[in-house]
Amino acid sequence: MRIPILSIHPIKVLRTPRHFSSKSASRASKNRSLSSARPLPQEEVESDWGTIHDYKQRAMIPYHPARLAPSIQERTSAAQEMTLSYAGTVPIPITSNLQLIQPEDDTPRGIWPVYRLMVSTHRRRPQNALRTLEQDGEIRDPAYDGINQPVLRPDVTTPDDVEDNLDQFRAFLAHAHPYQSDEIQKSGLLRASKYPYVDTNSNNTLLRAHRQIVRLRQMDDILLNAQRQGRISFYLTCRGEEAILMGAASALEVGDPVFAQYREQGVLMWRGFTLEQFTNQCFSNILDLGKGRQMPIHYGSRALNYHTVSSPLGTQLPHAVGAAYRLKLAGEPNVAVCFFGDGSTSTPDFHSALNFAATLNAPAIFLCRNNGYAISTPTSDQFAGDGVISRAPGYGMAGVRVDGNDIFAVHAAVREAKQYALSKNAPVLIEAMTYRQGHHSTSDDSSQYRSVDEVLTTTENHDPLNRLEAFLKKHDLLSEEDVEVMRKQERNDVVKAMEQAERRPPVPMRELFTDVYHDMPLHLQRQQAQLEAHVKKYPEKYA
Amino acid sequence: MKILLHSLPRRSWLTARRPLSHLTMATDPTIMSVTSSAQGMNMFQAVNDAMKIALETDPTAIVFGEDVAFGGVFRCSQGLQERFGKDRVFNTPISENGIAGFAIGYAATGGTAIGEIQFADYIYPAMDQLVNEMAKFRYRSGNQWQAGGATLRMPAGAVGHGGHYHSQSPEAYLAHTAGLTVVMPSSPKAAKGLLLASIRSKDPVIFLEPKALYRSAVESVPLGDYEVELGKARILREGSDVTLVGWGAQIQRLQKACDLAKEMDGIDCELIDLQTIVPWDAEAVEQSVLKTGKLVVSHEAPITCGFGAEVVAELQERCFWALEAPIKRVCGFDTPFPLVFEKYYLPDETRNLEAIREVVRSSR
Repeated sequence: MRIPILSIHPIKVLRTPRHFSSKSASRASKNRSLSSARPLPQEEVESDWGTIHDYKQRAMIPYHPARLAPSIQERTSAAQEMTLSYAGTVPIPITSNLQLIQPEDDTPRGIWPVYRLMVSTHRRRPQNALRTLEQDGEIRDPAYDGINQPVLRPDVTTPDDVEDNLDQFRAFLAHAHPYQSDEIQKSGLLRASKYPYVDTNSNNTLLRAHRQIVRLRQMDDILLNAQRQGRISFYLTCRGEEAILMGAASALEVGDPVFAQYREQGVLMWRGFTLEQFTNQCFSNILDLGKGRQMPIHYGSRALNYHTVSSPLGTQLPHAVGAAYRLKLAGEPNVAVCFFGDGSTSTPDFHSALNFAATLNAPAIFLCRNNGYAISTPTSDQFAGDGVISRAPGYGMAGVRVDGNDIFAVHAAVREAKQYALSKNAPVLIEAMTYRQGHHSTSDDSSQYRSVDEVLTTTENHDPLNRLEAFLKKHDLLSEEDVEVMRKQERNDVVKAMEQAERRPPVPMRELFTDVYHDMPLHLQRQQAQLEAHVKKYPEKYA
Repeated sequence: MKILLHSLPRRSWLTARRPLSHLTMATDPTIMSVTSSAQGMNMFQAVNDAMKIALETDPTAIVFGEDVAFGGVFRCSQGLQERFGKDRVFNTPISENGIAGFAIGYAATGGTAIGEIQFADYIYPAMDQLVNEMAKFRYRSGNQWQAGGATLRMPAGAVGHGGHYHSQSPEAYLAHTAGLTVVMPSSPKAAKGLLLASIRSKDPVIFLEPKALYRSAVESVPLGDYEVELGKARILREGSDVTLVGWGAQIQRLQKACDLAKEMDGIDCELIDLQTIVPWDAEAVEQSVLKTGKLVVSHEAPITCGFGAEVVAELQERCFWALEAPIKRVCGFDTPFPLVFEKYYLPDETRNLEAIREVVRSSR
């Protein structure tokens, strides 16, 4: 089935959609936009995607769900507390507004809000400890998922067959959830890119994100197997975290330097690192940009503004602060973004970097992939406070916690964080909640510290690719056959790239001594001469 | 160059000439001559002048560290914030790993970062950033990325009352790291030139400033913009009997030892100041030892695995058959740097004199 290329317009309610009830139609005809539906706080920042709300005003609204305010927005903002429980972590209550909590505001009572995307549904979810969320990619309203007090929304009827294209979907969102849907409506993922993407030959950003996730999964699977077969020495997958990587990368530009940990190959892929380049680095052949000096998965690309990965945890965070400061002094409209896991938040560099960024006003985005485990250490052994985001007010910086398996949420958070960082020259901490589906690396066997059942259940319920595919299928942007064809194509591409990379010659020996310094000093020249003479004498030993 | 006192402008008390009885300053003929005039400066003024010139000539240059905004605990950054602004000269929180990492990130994004560590004794939290990141930044990326614009300067060495944590010389730990450049000047004129060369070097540099010389060492320092080449040792004194190798404040003690050896025993010493600890000028020392046949290496840091061991190992390999006596090292003892025992601990001119006498006595 040919995937239609959609033209994206800003949302306009031109006529009453026929499947809405008369009540909602009348409300729709009043053209309730976000700005007219709620009281405007005094301090607001206008941005491309609506207004960034001042939390001080919003904090006036009681946070406790028992004291719900009558209007829809206020009820949504003080929504029922749901508990999201990833295996191995502390249950985290969830509300449904994306709010960048600014440092000068009062600390919110209770746990930090989590941004989720919800759309109303008349179905009630059963209550269980591990909540089943968005199995079909549907976006649901929290009011319908209340544990104790399900609040019915008689004014909005969920259509049984949802809109069949994104424009109508946006119209639906505008009516039903003007507050939350604003984020999705204005999402850069739903906008067309200016030029067609080279690898998908279409302008559709969301479909490109999906295709890239499929490609990333295939690459991870195949290269993992290559390590098991002994063809490469090491590999590390990012299975389960693709929504964070693609969501964040699609909200950034190439001008934003990325300082990654090691599990962010998706960001590099989004920017344009080819399968050939990935496999060349893993096989350390002559075309490896890093000249074969580091283990596999330690990618780096100057052209794509992605700093070369290093193994020590957390060391990239102060680098991001320095880079952000440089960008600020140079007046560039770019932020420095760094990625790290939950384990890295215990390192001294994390503390130093956040403290520096906040005191020096560096526009850096710190994005934590809280995937539940640091090799075998669960987050309950890693920190005793409320996750990572609770440290943001301690350092005096803004922050938000998002559902890391929801590509729209991560995209919105990073986009808003970038706007915040640039307009205020201030850092932002984003904690993206997700789950590490694979082992830590090929040197790890996670069945030794977590049950296979936990992995399978969490994968089934929270897999970001499943969610995105369900969403796309629901809105007829994709069919199962398309996905199957895509998987086969990407698999073939990866296998071809890998076989080519394997056959290429290795990096020449002289590159052992170059690049230690800008100009090779005398002592290295002498050592190089010694080694060359030695290898020349015993060529068979070093073949 | 002799400057007549009455022809100079009136001095402030900061730049007043102080008695130099315990120091003999050698004017270095190898430093390129400059057209602008020179001024008597001590080492912190020379460092201050170098940073001022760096900030003037390089619009991306910044100076940061603990307490640099008001001038620094040794006044090295005096007047810089007033002149260049709070964006370019600023305090950081107390975090050496943060300072080092910040410098790396700033340099990697195209800027010139001049970071200060308050004392070299506090470099250790930054060792992960220095060894695992700064030193390997260019190499691991295949020369795509580099952090050459980063320079970390710090006061090092004995000061008379520093004790364990204000007297250390960590050059050995840093020299063992491939990819770092470690520089230690021994006089104000060299300090200014070496610091400008370090800041402008295409590789990251650790600049160790002998804090004992900040106020006490005064020299006529050219006011203009000049550099002293990194990786080159300077021969302060030519001789034919013994080669002495040292760096930093130790040079002053070695000068005195040379004088004593000449006066009392007629021994003609050749004194070499390494200036750059790594990559170091082994060729210059080799040439000298081939001439004299005897070598004494002296440094403040503890003897075991100090940088003197590297000098000795390399020289014995290159010059074994030319050596007339075993090479001697005159260094600090293998203890933490003590307070009240400093006069015993430091390898002073008397211990060096004894070493010189011994190598001459035991030579063939």
